[in-house]
Amino acid sequence: MIQLPTETVFPVHNAIGDLVRHYFPNAAGYANGFLTIISLLLIVALLPVFLIWLERKVAARFQARLGPMRVGYHGLLQSTADGLKLIFKEVLIPEGADSFVFFLAPILPASATFLVMTVLPFDHHLQVADPAGGALYVLGISGLSVLGILLAGWSSNNKYSLLGAMRSGAQMISFEISLALIMLLIVMVSGTASLREIVLSQQGTILDWWIFKLPILGIVAFVMYMISSTAELNRAPFDISEAESELTGGFATEYSGISFAMFFFAEFVNMFVSAGIATTFFLGGFLAPQVGIGPLDAFFEFIPGFVWFFCKTVVVIFLYMWFRWTFPRLRIDQLMYLEWKMLLPANLALLPAAGFFLAMGWTL
Amino acid sequence: MELQLIDNIPEGFTRGLNTDETSEEYFLNMGPQHPSTHGVLRLVLKLDGENVLEIVPHLGYVHRGIEKLTESQTYLQNIHLTDRLDYLSSHINNLGYCLAMEQALNLGVPERGEYIRVMLCELQRIQSHLLWWGVSGMDLGAVTTFLYGFKEREMITDIFEELCGARLTMNFFRPGGSFADVPDTFLPHVQRVIERMHVALDEYNTLLTNNIIFQERTRGIGILSKEKALSYGCSGAVLRASGISYDVRRNDPYSIYDRFDFDIPIGTVGDCFDRYQIKMEEMAQSLRILGQAVKTFPKGPYRSKEQAAYRLPEGNYYSQVETARGLFGTYIVAEGGTKPYRVKFRSPSFSNLSALSEMAVGHKIADLVTILATLDFVVPEIDR
Repeated sequence: MIQLPTETVFPVHNAIGDLVRHYFPNAAGYANGFLTIISLLLIVALLPVFLIWLERKVAARFQARLGPMRVGYHGLLQSTADGLKLIFKEVLIPEGADSFVFFLAPILPASATFLVMTVLPFDHHLQVADPAGGALYVLGISGLSVLGILLAGWSSNNKYSLLGAMRSGAQMISFEISLALIMLLIVMVSGTASLREIVLSQQGTILDWWIFKLPILGIVAFVMYMISSTAELNRAPFDISEAESELTGGFATEYSGISFAMFFFAEFVNMFVSAGIATTFFLGGFLAPQVGIGPLDAFFEFIPGFVWFFCKTVVVIFLYMWFRWTFPRLRIDQLMYLEWKMLLPANLALLPAAGFFLAMGWTL
Repeated sequence: MELQLIDNIPEGFTRGLNTDETSEEYFLNMGPQHPSTHGVLRLVLKLDGENVLEIVPHLGYVHRGIEKLTESQTYLQNIHLTDRLDYLSSHINNLGYCLAMEQALNLGVPERGEYIRVMLCELQRIQSHLLWWGVSGMDLGAVTTFLYGFKEREMITDIFEELCGARLTMNFFRPGGSFADVPDTFLPHVQRVIERMHVALDEYNTLLTNNIIFQERTRGIGILSKEKALSYGCSGAVLRASGISYDVRRNDPYSIYDRFDFDIPIGTVGDCFDRYQIKMEEMAQSLRILGQAVKTFPKGPYRSKEQAAYRLPEGNYYSQVETARGLFGTYIVAEGGTKPYRVKFRSPSFSNLSALSEMAVGHKIADLVTILATLDFVVPEIDR
């Protein structure tokens, strides 16, 4: 593992930053903070618009149909239209519901995704903060979405919602264990818990990405990450908390208009965050895919890192969508079986195995 | 601890003793507007967590009094009421009613008319099963199957539309044959359906049947024993999955079914997976019948003779047919006029649904959805 002195290879200087620093040397820190908040808000606001459109198009492809075609070119404005509709729709509160908690619940998952976005390394220096315990921070914050769903189900005063919330609570808390163990594996092999450092530990060719660097084990870990993160995201085949054919919508049954939209904005941004973390941990993050052929590598290197980050993330998102539009749904007890009797023991075996691989120097 | 009789329980449930203080049972309405009750069936569930303890179905939400209506309409007008019962087996229901009338009138059907009947009924069976396949996939969370099923179903629906203008509640059969002859495009279209369906069935198996999650969700779920299936009067795929080989087309042949070579698939376990596989196999068998019929389709008249008004001689007449869901019986009490004195329909979904509690108790809500999906009921047929 060759650790390059990153400051020399990728200078912290950039045009906008230099300009701000030159004219407002004292306010540069504040300006920076302001700009990051604005840009993150923009990303969080625009991502669901793109992802909802993508989901519809992917679903349409799988189902041999066209998907949205009317609003804008190939339905490009469809999710904007949906958003507008949801904003203007009346928000109803069921009788007997706890209105404060009912309105608080959708805000929690949305804020959680926003907070996790702050530590995602989009490019060499395109990251709001890089705490030393980034992986830990991600795990801690993502717990907020569980709280949001649980509160939503409880405060709705509806048995279906409560059942959905209970299912989801059990599911997300269980699968977080697997997720944490897989993250721990990468933290262990890369020797750091900072997300940026984890990406930089994968420098080199494609074979130096953690998915390939640990022969076989990397791929196994990646597959396990995909399974547990799909469960964590509450997406099919693990969408048992909102299973509409069983619970008529589960925790979201009573939500309408913008409070419903908040849940699903959060779900889609969450999907991006999850895919981003998969990219960071397994697929070399913002690093260009080097293949060992001079000119090609130079060309790939020329493309900015954030483009690579988004490309890899979209590929992982496509995998999530592929699952959703082909698999039937699992039953709650089968889901628990999968986590506690299969994934968890497998993870516990994977950790020492990876340690052994590293100790023997069996990495690629 | 003093045991108490449970108070305030909904109608129809057994009043038990509250013997366990740690568990809390509660009642949940599933329907009448639940996506998995396929229409307006209302099930009241007694649950312990997600486990189903008792089920009481409440019927009558789409009750239209069809049996009563028949008494005020002529025999001919009544044909179109039968396809409103089970709109996914319209042709087959029409045929069942026409058979009872033919029995009363002692009326024969020409060769071509019989072929048209058998072919349309088998197309109808495939069409109904395709919808069932799509919907049961969707009930299990695989939304894509719903649209896949509709792709091939559309080809058959187009044939029906070309034939009689209707796409759902067809009204094509008449005593002594059918309302009209089939167009020249009929046979090529049927041939195309047969070719496409062979490919499609393979696709369906790849997408759903062989999926490990699907198998885990259906194997060993909702087992109905032979004896129970018989005692509840189940028929169709529900009965055959439990291991009893009874199919009206084979055991009490009507029309010209005895001339065709086809198998009656039967199951061994009686679980949801068996019921699923039987329906899939039935589609393949229907294709076999269609293939044979296309090859030997005769020329000639399609209807024996037409009458303006039918007067059934006094007496009781009964006929039964095998719809996509099971045994459909028509019982006519005639008193000599142009209108029946009383008509009673025996619908397969009603008896199949009555075995629901037997199958679902002890399973989870998600399994209840699976069981409902494999029962493949049509609610207007239950609420006659």
